[in-house]
Amino acid sequence: MSGLKLAMAAVAVLGLTACSSNPWNDDLNGGGAGAGGAGAGAGALDPASPAYFQQTVGDRVLFAIDQSTLSPAAQATLQGQSQWLARNADYVVTIEGHADEQGTREYNLGLGAKRANAAREYLMSQGVAGSRIKVVSFGKERPLEICSDEVCYSKNRRAVTVLAGGLTG
Amino acid sequence: MRKILAALLIGASALAGVGAVAAQTGPLRIEIDQGVIEPLPYAVPDFVPETPSAAEHAAQIARVVAADLSGTGLFREVPASAHISKVTGFDNPVKYADWKAVNAQALITGAVSVTGNRLTVRFRGYDVFAEKELESALQFSGTTGGWRRMAHKVADAIYSEITGESGYFDSRVVYVSESGPKNDRRKRLAIMDYDGANVQYLTNSAALVLAPRFSPTGDRVLYTSYESGFPQIHVLDVGQVQRKILSSGDGIMSFAPRFAPDGRTVVYSQTQGGNTDLFSMDIGTGAKTRLTSAPSIETAPSFSPDGSQVVFESDRSGSQQLYVMPASGGEARRISFGQGRYGTPVWSPRGDMIAFTKQNKGRFHIGVMRTDGSEERLLTASFLDEGPTWAPNGRVIMFTRESQGSTGRALLYSVDITGRNLKPVRTPDGASDPAWSPLQR
Repeated sequence: MSGLKLAMAAVAVLGLTACSSNPWNDDLNGGGAGAGGAGAGAGALDPASPAYFQQTVGDRVLFAIDQSTLSPAAQATLQGQSQWLARNADYVVTIEGHADEQGTREYNLGLGAKRANAAREYLMSQGVAGSRIKVVSFGKERPLEICSDEVCYSKNRRAVTVLAGGLTG
Repeated sequence: MRKILAALLIGASALAGVGAVAAQTGPLRIEIDQGVIEPLPYAVPDFVPETPSAAEHAAQIARVVAADLSGTGLFREVPASAHISKVTGFDNPVKYADWKAVNAQALITGAVSVTGNRLTVRFRGYDVFAEKELESALQFSGTTGGWRRMAHKVADAIYSEITGESGYFDSRVVYVSESGPKNDRRKRLAIMDYDGANVQYLTNSAALVLAPRFSPTGDRVLYTSYESGFPQIHVLDVGQVQRKILSSGDGIMSFAPRFAPDGRTVVYSQTQGGNTDLFSMDIGTGAKTRLTSAPSIETAPSFSPDGSQVVFESDRSGSQQLYVMPASGGEARRISFGQGRYGTPVWSPRGDMIAFTKQNKGRFHIGVMRTDGSEERLLTASFLDEGPTWAPNGRVIMFTRESQGSTGRALLYSVDITGRNLKPVRTPDGASDPAWSPLQR
């Protein structure tokens, strides 16, 4: 029950985001909502909705320490993203690359950019037009999880595909 | 005073941490022991107010002089409660015996007058045991609002005469002021005196800002801002608080900007296709030149003071290391070869050393090395130390120290280049990415 409530709250929040008049909708908060993977209540989501993209398709991929190569799991998530983007051609995306706090600030900006770009190139290899994909790095500036151990770090080393535009939002 | 000078020079130049000084009671005696410096005892009684409205400033200025000198760790104040003599007139003869009795080896006296909005400070330094006046007697004038700067100038003159080094107290620091929890951190640019006084905010916290740097004359600040949603280089006129964006093109990230010593050229990182390289840009014309072309991350550049070379970090070898190349680009020479990763190199204003951040075995260090990579020495160790900046005299380093965990917070610290005198720098909120200005004029 509470899981369903959460999912509905997420739909409401994301609906606002998708209504933005700025087609790129540069979201400085780095896509704080959205858990990735199927959650309780996901079956109720409209498959064309941003919430479905975030929760069912999965809007993020994770990386190993100081790496920007895509794991098989990451590639599978990005395949799902590319299929969703093929079905929902109104959307453009910004891929936000992030690093954990174990690194100097400017290096982590470069590392986050490599991660975001790795995701972009994979989407392009799956047929998504490069003109639909912007990348930006936040380095270690926008952690999702705030503990200082690997449990948190592994979730912070991420590339998040943030949707913008879209006529159906 | 020549003996004091010699003693402190040995201390200050003890880069390898071998030399040190102990100054003792009685006639000056110098002992070198195991890297522990005995600070030089001095007295700075309240300055003498020479006009009725100068009393408050006369006391405040002496306190700031004392904070500056004692804050170096090279000097130790003999507190007023121990003073035997009271200095009631600036030109009265100094009662050396009274200062010897409390073992004040140096004495600083001063006088302050205020006329309207104008404040004048006169001061003298004395070598108590030699019963001689120092040569630094000077006077400074300015508006009453600038009293702290005048105090810093007095302290710089005394420090300079006794150590033989140029001073650094009359300087400012630009940094990033931080508030809010780790997963919702708000950042804004701030500028303050080197000791944390007179904080002013230069931006609001609507947009993420990172890593500011002063121009060679201290009149402008370069930094990275996410105001557009993408990291771009901004240059801000400190006096006017006017801003300009140095664009590197639509959708291209640019960050890590640093001024060349000429004040007209900027070296920075630009990211295209996920690859980060170094470029230079003429601020006036916007003309860009590529300096590196490697598939690795090249960032954190810093000019040599003569402008001929740039030190930077690159992970082209597989991990972050330091490299030096000509300022116009070309072949780069690796200079870091120790264990771990090296980043954020900053060339000393004296030209003789490079400060850096080192990561090794899960710890972060601030360190210094010669410009050829030799004589590496780590000055600090913690969960997360990063981003050194040099005091204008190349003797002290300020940096960011972040504590770990969900309540982790960034604060500024300073340490001298012998690794002594590690201490926090007072700021109203969290603080990161300090950059020290040149000495003010």
